[in-house]
Amino acid sequence: MVASEIRALFAVASRPEVVSLAGGMPYVTALPLDVVGELVADLIAKRGPEALQYGSGQGDPALREQICEVMREEGIDAGANDVVVTVGSQQALDLITRIFVDPGDIVLAEGPSYVGALGTFSAYQAKVVHIAMDDQGLIPESLAQTIYALKSAGNRIKFLYTIPTFQNPAGVTLNEVRRRQVLEICQRAGILIVEDNPYGLLGFDGEPLRALRADDPDGVVYLGSFSKTLAPGFRVGWALAPHAVRDKLVLAMESAVLSHSTFTQLAVGQFLATQPWREQIKTFRELYRERRDALLSSLDVLMPPGCTWTRPAGGFFVWMTLPEGLDSKAMLPQAVDKRVAFVPGTGFFSDGGGERQMRLSYCYPKPDRIREGVRRLAGVIEEELRTREMFGTGRAPGHAGVDTPGPDLA
Amino acid sequence: MSDLGHVLVLAGGLSYEREVSIRSGRRVAEVLRAAGVDVETRDTDSSLVPSVLADPPDAVFVTLHGGAGEDGAIRSVLELLNVPYVGAAPDACRVAFDKPTAKAVVRSWGLNTPDSVALPKETFHDLGASAVLARIVASLGLPLFVKPSRGGSALGASIVRSAEELPAAMVGCFAYGDTALIEKYVEGVEVAVSVVDLGEGPVALPPVEIVPDAGVYDYAARYTAGHTEFFAPARLSPEATEACLATAVAAHTALGLRDVSRTDLIVDGSGRPYFLEVNVAPGMTETSLLPMAAEAAGRDLGALCRGLLEIAAGRP
Repeated sequence: MVASEIRALFAVASRPEVVSLAGGMPYVTALPLDVVGELVADLIAKRGPEALQYGSGQGDPALREQICEVMREEGIDAGANDVVVTVGSQQALDLITRIFVDPGDIVLAEGPSYVGALGTFSAYQAKVVHIAMDDQGLIPESLAQTIYALKSAGNRIKFLYTIPTFQNPAGVTLNEVRRRQVLEICQRAGILIVEDNPYGLLGFDGEPLRALRADDPDGVVYLGSFSKTLAPGFRVGWALAPHAVRDKLVLAMESAVLSHSTFTQLAVGQFLATQPWREQIKTFRELYRERRDALLSSLDVLMPPGCTWTRPAGGFFVWMTLPEGLDSKAMLPQAVDKRVAFVPGTGFFSDGGGERQMRLSYCYPKPDRIREGVRRLAGVIEEELRTREMFGTGRAPGHAGVDTPGPDLA
Repeated sequence: MSDLGHVLVLAGGLSYEREVSIRSGRRVAEVLRAAGVDVETRDTDSSLVPSVLADPPDAVFVTLHGGAGEDGAIRSVLELLNVPYVGAAPDACRVAFDKPTAKAVVRSWGLNTPDSVALPKETFHDLGASAVLARIVASLGLPLFVKPSRGGSALGASIVRSAEELPAAMVGCFAYGDTALIEKYVEGVEVAVSVVDLGEGPVALPPVEIVPDAGVYDYAARYTAGHTEFFAPARLSPEATEACLATAVAAHTALGLRDVSRTDLIVDGSGRPYFLEVNVAPGMTETSLLPMAAEAAGRDLGALCRGLLEIAAGRP
């Protein structure tokens, strides 16, 4: 891994003076922390020896039952036997990749896609092929064409990795018609789908969308997480997998970490059992909706002509495209100097795309800070347009290294 | 040995070099603790002034790189607080931190420094970039080295080997600052010479030679372990080594610096050193040059830092 200028800039973004539209940290302050504290104390007092002991590699059975109840919100009917509890859904992704991918294998993913997944795929030397998206999510025709072209050329496609709902980083959602089409295309081609769905319950309008897994129990590995609906510090996520895959996942889990932390699993279980968790998710939804509105309305008012952006119906992120000739990565130093941060788009592609894009997250800063951040960012973009006009639109010299912040950036 | 009570290491700040500064600060704190000093590390935020007033340290070690740490601002505040600190006074920092000004000063003292021009972004805007850039190439020739006139760690810096590369280099440079220093690029051996003054006048430590794997000593090459090969002391002839040491001490003196500085040089094929820039708060990380030079000189870094703090604390 190479030290990167971009990563160094994010070090500044963690300071309170900087409005960070860069991070993806959930606003855990909105949790009733006193209640969580009592619950944890109670857990140790009453079930200490169990909570502090090794647990099963597959995860606490009671928690797995509760996870099935959570998944029912998205139309998934599954049994606790097919759930494997993991250290965040990130670990599930790592184990799935370890099980399926040999060096050189192909993984399909939206372009742009979640940077943590791209990092995992790259660690196992998978080749990521991006599938185009529009404001309705993954484009089924592109998916079908890409699969056909890759297979014709003799490539091995291991799975499609997709975040169909409130996608990270694009903020778009796969519409219902396309959900069916994507399932059909993958079924026909015999390609497994890895559905990553951390934001599914954080929609701002109406009922949660039906998960892909709800309509294809055999063709989809579903990854879920309590990181956004409860708190990421528990590091409790899960995979729901077809039986054969489930068995391999449990073995892989045991060989990686023996077992997940019993303590945090029981704490999450206790929260779900004793607290109105649906109400808690509603609180988060309202909070994030207000912040999304603050971001979108200030972008509408302040951004210079030529900038376009997505309008997420849930989740944490807006994906913005800059006018032709601008390079978001080259603008980051100026942005940090003006005390605002974003994530340049290039980190979300494994093939060098995303120069003109940036991810803006609204999950952490309060609405008035978001508005201030957008005001600063608009100024930076206007100044960059002026500089580019002065010197032509040549790209600035590239920077090596990791282009996205760590998970602990607000 | 004077009696050092508690000492404050300042690290972090809001400059682009925040991350490096934090690493430098951590390292200095570690070696000072090992040398028996009571150390506290702090960032420069709104709690700094009240905490210094409430419990004034005996001396401050500034490991803030870039911006406020090296342009004299934080040091001015430390003077307002009547707290002694290691390193140059604010006025000298201001001159040293602005590379074109520092170059002019050392040149007036007879040192070599590559020909250059420093221009703010507004000049390109007002006069037309292409006309000005064409004159720069015609006047200075190629290759060129473009960097922000202030700041360090090679952020926003690049080599320009053809005229077509110059506009992009300017854009990259203006991302990190409003004034660009466009310098004639001297091919040669890249060398850094640290200077310390423990009360008996400025003394140069052995020169450290920098050989980046990728040919360019950019940010990644600087702070990724194993990406750059260092030779301490540098593989130079005795005459060239002597010239480097003399240049660094002369630059330290010419710029009115004190306690510690690091001068970056290029030594051309004939063994002649050219002054590039000077750092008044040199990097102190595991891959930084001053600690390497100290090691090459057989000096313990902790004892050295402690000595510098004692000098500062004893300053009237």
